[in-house]
Amino acid sequence: MPKEQEEKRPSAPLSAWAPAVALGWLVPGGGHLFLKRTGRGLLLLVTITAMFLCGLMMRGTMFQPQSGDLLTTLINTGGFVGDVCSGILYLLAVWLGYNQPDAAGAVHDYGTKFLVTAGLLNLLAMVDVFEIAAGRKE
Amino acid sequence: MPNMKLSHFEASFLFALFTSVVLGIVTKRTDRDRLQYGLYTFACFLVALFGLGWLMYFGHG
Repeated sequence: MPKEQEEKRPSAPLSAWAPAVALGWLVPGGGHLFLKRTGRGLLLLVTITAMFLCGLMMRGTMFQPQSGDLLTTLINTGGFVGDVCSGILYLLAVWLGYNQPDAAGAVHDYGTKFLVTAGLLNLLAMVDVFEIAAGRKE
Repeated sequence: MPNMKLSHFEASFLFALFTSVVLGIVTKRTDRDRLQYGLYTFACFLVALFGLGWLMYFGHG
């Protein structure tokens, strides 16, 4: 029964959550700060930004969408989406020319994973912002 | 931009730390639960890190 009730719950209007989610994409933790969740917002801002900067300092590479076989398309397009989810961090890094050419080495690989994961963690933060803005979570 | 040269352990430790903090924040509803889940996730990362490390050590022969 509770599951049925949950399905019938009306969805929140776009204007209630879209600005917060958009801000959350642009600035990691920005959505939480916008919704007055200051502590969580600052912690997300510091953590995601630190992870992204560590990725850059490890000379990680940004993915570019590529077509080819299925695995190449999945990895590169998925990685690109992950990178873009970092919002202004990604935009600034590309604009200022910090997009490194792909290089062999374990540390560079870790850097690339740090960059993608920072974006994916920001995506999780955006989902959290949506739930808060829609009234499903405190 | 300074160049970070980390060992496998240092990079994995940092990865575990950052990921655990965010997972703790976004998945639970109270601060106490967030802290507990963040610590639990971090511990799981470390167990996996050492476990896989030893597995590779013994597997390598």
